[in-house]
Amino acid sequence: MSIATTLTQVPVKVHEDKCIAEKGCTVCVDVCPLDVLAIDLVKKKAFMQFDECWYCLPCETDCPTGAVEVSIPYLLR
Amino acid sequence: MNRIDMEFDLVVIGGGTGGPMAAVKAKEKNPNLKVLLIDKAHVKRSGAISMGMDGLNNAVIPGHATPEQYVKEITIANDGIVDQEAVMAYAANSFDMIQELDRWGVKFEKDETGDYAVRKVHHLGSYVLPMPEGHHMKKILYRQLKRARVEITNRVVVTRLLTGAKGEVTGVMGFDCRTADFYVIRCKAAVITTGAAGRIGLPASGYLMGTYENPTNSGDGHAMAYHAGAALANLECFQINPLIKDYNGPACAYVTGPFGGYTANAKGERFIECDYWSGQMMLEFYRELQSGNGPVFLKLDHLAEETIGEIEHILHTNERPSRGRFHEKRGNDYRKQMIEMHISEIGFCSGHSASGIWTNARGETSVPGLYAAGDCASVPHNYMLGAFVYGRICGYNAAEYCGSTAAAAIDESAVAAERARVFAPLERSEGLTPFQIEYKTRRLVNDYLQPPKITHKYEIGLRRFDEVREDAAAMVATNPHELMRAMEAYSIIDCAEMAARSSMFRAESRWGLYHYCVDHPERDDANWFCHTLLSKGGDGQMAMSKKPVEPYIVPIDEEERDAYQRLRVERKAEAA
Ligand SMILES: Cc1cc2nc3c(=O)[nH]c(=O)nc-3n(C[C@H](O)[C@H](O)[C@H](O)COP(=O)(O)OP(=O)(O)OC[C@H]3O[C@@H](n4cnc5c(N)ncnc54)[C@H](O)[C@@H]3O)c2cc1C
Repeated sequence: MSIATTLTQVPVKVHEDKCIAEKGCTVCVDVCPLDVLAIDLVKKKAFMQFDECWYCLPCETDCPTGAVEVSIPYLLR
Repeated sequence: MNRIDMEFDLVVIGGGTGGPMAAVKAKEKNPNLKVLLIDKAHVKRSGAISMGMDGLNNAVIPGHATPEQYVKEITIANDGIVDQEAVMAYAANSFDMIQELDRWGVKFEKDETGDYAVRKVHHLGSYVLPMPEGHHMKKILYRQLKRARVEITNRVVVTRLLTGAKGEVTGVMGFDCRTADFYVIRCKAAVITTGAAGRIGLPASGYLMGTYENPTNSGDGHAMAYHAGAALANLECFQINPLIKDYNGPACAYVTGPFGGYTANAKGERFIECDYWSGQMMLEFYRELQSGNGPVFLKLDHLAEETIGEIEHILHTNERPSRGRFHEKRGNDYRKQMIEMHISEIGFCSGHSASGIWTNARGETSVPGLYAAGDCASVPHNYMLGAFVYGRICGYNAAEYCGSTAAAAIDESAVAAERARVFAPLERSEGLTPFQIEYKTRRLVNDYLQPPKITHKYEIGLRRFDEVREDAAAMVATNPHELMRAMEAYSIIDCAEMAARSSMFRAESRWGLYHYCVDHPERDDANWFCHTLLSKGGDGQMAMSKKPVEPYIVPIDEEERDAYQRLRVERKAEAA
């Protein structure tokens, strides 16, 4: 199985300079229907933990700072 | 792995579309009722409409259509196998629901006079109401949930129902997909609104979550209903959809049709008269794919720039908005070329097709106190508005049922058994991943179950599913998230077996491609003008039976009966 820590291009990219998870924001993690995003507790930034994306976009749409960018998963691109 | 005990009158399982409506309506009926809405995702953005919806596919609006016409259309589109009373219960409440949604703030397209701008997409009547600004759907529902004071629990995967001495619902069990806390919820009634079984087949791309349906909908509701003793209806009437190839989302001819777009073959020619999704339409699509005229495309390149702009706005901001970026990467431009389409993997979904947990016109399943609505229930071609209407019907009726029922004791031995089953993968330190079990099951579904259906292939498929079921006893989960995937894998195996057994039972062909049996190529009304029901037999195995089609309340003329059989565009023989 490819997990998101495999060195690959995962569909959900978080721009860490914009992500405000350190201020307690968890919006992208909350809205993902498949629960594939998480907050890295060391970096205090959101990241894609599981490569199980439906490319549905709530994470990107609801992010208050525009830090999340979704691309179509490679296998079906 | 703490145990959390809760007590409610009513638990609504699945907070996508029909679920929130059921919960709100139960509270409206009886504000004192304790109602819980529980979802494995977050109700704010869960289910098929997580990003909104671009139109109503089945609006029955006075002046455009009557409930009788609609019941007729669906009866014909579904080859006669419908409980007309249940379809009528939808149709008769359709307009009222539209008006209520309108009051709640949902924006439907209207013409200059303020009338709903209904379009014709079906073969006979006009039922499509565009919602170009339909992306706020979930927000509007969430506001209503808060207003009605419905309690909400997110990220709990419901796995099984508890039943009492008379087979009635007494509780709901599940676990938190982040903490693995185990939930035991005592209740008098439950509504299942877990959506389609969208992860039975494997998308042609091979990407597990690249499904047509929201992949959270893995058939858990179908499996829990089955294990609680409920009957499931017409599961052999698969869902197979015509989609953008690889992207696997709607192309979407319902939106583009009224603007002049259509499904075409490689020559750019129309080959079906009507783009409304039916089994017969899918069969014509399949034949075109197999013929020298394939593949099949969505054709828009003949439309004016202004029209294409409007179509892009709708399709790329709503429902499946990532369509736009898929096209961009592929170099697809609606103006310049046709968009390649393909047929999807199989699933169960009454929203588009006709199979699911059997329910009547009151939303009742065959288990007392258990209701079902939306894509997981059996009312055919129900779509989003059907999920809302039946959500309301279930909410009202379940509230009434709760009023006349006392809470029963919880069967602790059943709780212990379920707890052991659920947590087993977490306790193993080696074995197979949930991914492997799921992938293999779904790959086998494609190999052996995808129509055309062939009995020998189905027999092999069943044997292989049994093997995978045995292998699943070695599944390992290293965290609660993987445990969710492991439990979903079980639902998927159950659904795969249900799909196979139901298909093998109905020894005829019906519903076009959905149940196209090579060994029984003809429709056989003498023996099979009936529903099929699947339920758990006394031996714990899947058992099949026939159920007569309920007497029609809207008669169908001989002449109209076969209208959907005549979808292929007639071509005059070309002069030599
Ligand atoms: C891509 C797409 C486009 C569509 N386009 C249209 C359209 O244009 N017009 C139209 O009318 N209809 C359309 N439909 C159909 C319509 O969206 C569905 O029929 C309707 O939304 C189904 O509602 P539902 O409540 O049955 O399921 P959903 O809204 O999918 O809700 C199911 C819920 O159950 C939850 N769940 C699942 N399993 C569990 C579990 N084990 N425990 C707890 N919770 C669980 C899920 O998280 C989800 O929230 C479309 C569907 C799709 C997928």
